Amino acid sequence: MREILRVTGLEVELGKRRGLFRHKPGVRAVDGVDLVVHEGGILGIVGESGCGKTTLARTVLGLQCESEGRIEFSGHVVSGVPARQARRMRRAIQYVHQDPGAALDPWWRLGASLAEGLAIHGVTDRAEQKARIAEIMQAVGLDMAMTERYPHELSGGQQRRMGLARILLLRPKIVILDEPTAGLDLSVQASVLRLLYDLRDRFGLTYIFISHDLSVVRRVCDRIAVMYLGKVVEEGNASDIFAAPRHPYTRALIAAAPHLDGVQEGPMLRGDPPSLRNVPSGCRFHPRCPIAQPRCTSEEPSFDSISENQRVACHYWQEGISEKQKPEGQAHATL
Amino acid sequence: MMVLRVLLRDPVATLGLFIVLFAIFVAIFANWLAPYPNDAFESHLLQRLKPPSVEFPFGTDNLGRDIFSRVILGTRNALLVAVAVITAAMLIGVPIGLFAGWREGWLSEILMRTTDVFLAVPQLILALALGQLLAPGIGAAMLALALTYWPFFARTVFAETRRLRGSLFVDALAGIGASPLRILFLHVLPNAAPAVLVRATIGMGFTILTAAILGFLGVGATPPSPDWGLAVSEARQHLPEAWWFPTFPGLAILVLVLGFNLLGDGLRDAADPKIRRSKR
Amino acid sequence: MTSPLLSIQDLSVHIRGDAGIARILDGITLSVPPGVTMGVVGESGCGKSTLLRAVLGILPRNASIPHGKLEFKGKDLIKVNWAAARGRIGFVPQDPYLSLNPVFRAGDQILEIMRKHAPGTRKDHASTLIDLFRAVQLPDPEAALAKYPHQFSGGQRQRLLIAAALACAPDLLVADEPTTALDVTTQREILALLRGLVSDKGLSLLFVTHDFGVLAALCDRVTVLYAGRVVESGLTSDVLRNPQHPYTRLLLACHPDRAVNLLGIPGTVPAATQQPEGCRFHPRCPIARAACSKEVPPVTEFANSHLVACPWYADELPEQALA
Repeated sequence: MREILRVTGLEVELGKRRGLFRHKPGVRAVDGVDLVVHEGGILGIVGESGCGKTTLARTVLGLQCESEGRIEFSGHVVSGVPARQARRMRRAIQYVHQDPGAALDPWWRLGASLAEGLAIHGVTDRAEQKARIAEIMQAVGLDMAMTERYPHELSGGQQRRMGLARILLLRPKIVILDEPTAGLDLSVQASVLRLLYDLRDRFGLTYIFISHDLSVVRRVCDRIAVMYLGKVVEEGNASDIFAAPRHPYTRALIAAAPHLDGVQEGPMLRGDPPSLRNVPSGCRFHPRCPIAQPRCTSEEPSFDSISENQRVACHYWQEGISEKQKPEGQAHATL
Repeated sequence: MMVLRVLLRDPVATLGLFIVLFAIFVAIFANWLAPYPNDAFESHLLQRLKPPSVEFPFGTDNLGRDIFSRVILGTRNALLVAVAVITAAMLIGVPIGLFAGWREGWLSEILMRTTDVFLAVPQLILALALGQLLAPGIGAAMLALALTYWPFFARTVFAETRRLRGSLFVDALAGIGASPLRILFLHVLPNAAPAVLVRATIGMGFTILTAAILGFLGVGATPPSPDWGLAVSEARQHLPEAWWFPTFPGLAILVLVLGFNLLGDGLRDAADPKIRRSKR
Repeated sequence: MTSPLLSIQDLSVHIRGDAGIARILDGITLSVPPGVTMGVVGESGCGKSTLLRAVLGILPRNASIPHGKLEFKGKDLIKVNWAAARGRIGFVPQDPYLSLNPVFRAGDQILEIMRKHAPGTRKDHASTLIDLFRAVQLPDPEAALAKYPHQFSGGQRQRLLIAAALACAPDLLVADEPTTALDVTTQREILALLRGLVSDKGLSLLFVTHDFGVLAALCDRVTVLYAGRVVESGLTSDVLRNPQHPYTRLLLACHPDRAVNLLGIPGTVPAATQQPEGCRFHPRCPIARAACSKEVPPVTEFANSHLVACPWYADELPEQALA
């Protein structure tokens, strides 16, 4: 598959202030992230809240300025420019909010909000606007009459569809989906996921899928990046990672995800992730890591390839594969 | 329309709306409604301080003028002062609040600190000072009121803009490439409008009250203009015999201020986008 | 078999609204024996929150209970009044971030509940509470008493709320999706904690959720609701491995762990004011017959204590509905 997006050494600092009276140091919400996204693929980004998933997405989008690193889109470097210009260069990358209902102006009819996106992108002819809106509304499975309504009149599933319709009008190549199934009922979630597949095939989209629901990620994504405290700690094919997670954090995360068979095995992760203001030395996972060694407290592990398409940032990923782990991973794979 | 329907469901707000609409009606048709429209300026010393009767429903004042007519004519003065003051205050306050709320930086800081300074200036003292500086009169009073009321608008719009700037839909608009001007004027300002409207309505009542106080203190309207506050002030020398003289202008102030406040409270509740419904 | 701690029989709850009377719950029957964790699962609009509110006696003012029994320890709470059960039923709310008043110390807020419902002095209560903090594995229990809610993380706050629910030594815990606002890692800890508490203290737990994974991890038994009625109930493992009611089967087929293909269930949950006659699922059911739109389906015992409210449960679902 062709590479469509490449992120190298991305660092993002948040909350830094250089005021007249107040100086505030920032926190590194994203701290050296490398990612590759292939055209037509679905890359899942998982991790606990506060791990930098959303900041990463906003930076790729151009809504947040990177402080270090490079972003290439379709072979062109699109980083290192001011925010407004960055956003313009990356207009083929679009973002669907976690709560797409709240992402619409509450006083505007939905049709007006849809048309506005087109107007911003230079489509001002009323008839053309209407035709394109009709096409997209049909594609996301909403009735054209819906355009007369207000955002608060939509159900959860309809909100997701409207969120998709709004950005699909702009003909994006990459769509970043932030928790696209959070808060949805099971049956609605299934139809939304189905819709995402259909839209990908119909419009040739590439997805970046941010989610904390590992059942969904495993079902939907072909690649996965696991983030912990602003860093990617493991990246690889979804099937490989779910079958044999290498990083102890990935293992704990997968073990914690509830699934229909009920049994929860594997290492349990204690406590909460440390604050970004107080990142641990060495490997930033070591205070919670069940297999941490003295070396982990001082030496930061590099993000190494362990096979053709899997990378892990852990000194002891090989030793960590206990006998308990292996069968459980296989059991998952055969489900 | 929806706002009106929700408003009418609330009996207290409906009362406020009724009072305000009635006052506007009286103000517009004052010359026809007042039985003696010329009593704004003429005096009839032979019939001074007559108690309420069929001929003079509210009695007459110390110059023999019909108080009923002067209360009606005074409605127009009160509303005109309030509208002018609030419009001026909005013209200063709204742009400042919008700018300072949207942009972060030293200029916004300076603007908002200036707002706070003006907020700290006591309204009456400033009005008295301006009255001494310029010629005392309704012009100086209005200037003082506008200068002390605009910070309320700046604060309100500032808070709304800050809230909206952080809201998801503004973020989403930036995401699809909307320019800051578009977001500011097509989305932030209309979303802030209900709060401004509520502020303005309550401000109208407040301004009418303060203008009356200034009139009472002798730095507002000047005789012989039919001002309510002035009337109450003039009546002081004729108490307690001529009880009707201060009572009716005073009641007019009370009712109109109350009307604006009730309407403002009702609007605050009705200004929720969730009440908008498409026709199904 | 021991008599159940909580026994709900043929319970209906109606709510009067602008759009008419909503029959939110209609003939719910379920019982929670001592020491059992009962899961109530269903999609939004199925009435699970109303059921929970009915058990806690906090139904909204415009709600009425036209018929049914709600027995707790043999007393019908509807007849006797919920005050009889005060303190005996603990409640763990959904959102740990919204359920504590930020301006008061967390400890004081819980002590206030104990002052009202448990005998003893404030000193006794404080020492009980520290024990409880230890039981819910809150770090540094003594110091926790003097902290404000914002000084705790989300997972710790949920532990606090569990401690609060246990403060008056209840026999039954009622929990409303207490882990939806948490990360999976924290969720797992909280679920493990609840499991431990239930077995250590011999509590019963009524656990409302929409997440089948959480249900599988925690609950012994499950009751599946659809549009205000029980459609299926039984041991969790039986119901999840071998669902019988067409709704349960279709719903589980939507779960990403199971789904071969993702289709969803056609149609939507009916509005509470416009419930269909007969079986409430029939407009969306692929195997519905003419009779389904007229008669309320009888409850059949499919296997030992595995109940199904559908006479046609043995029928195959059409291939494309499950594909």
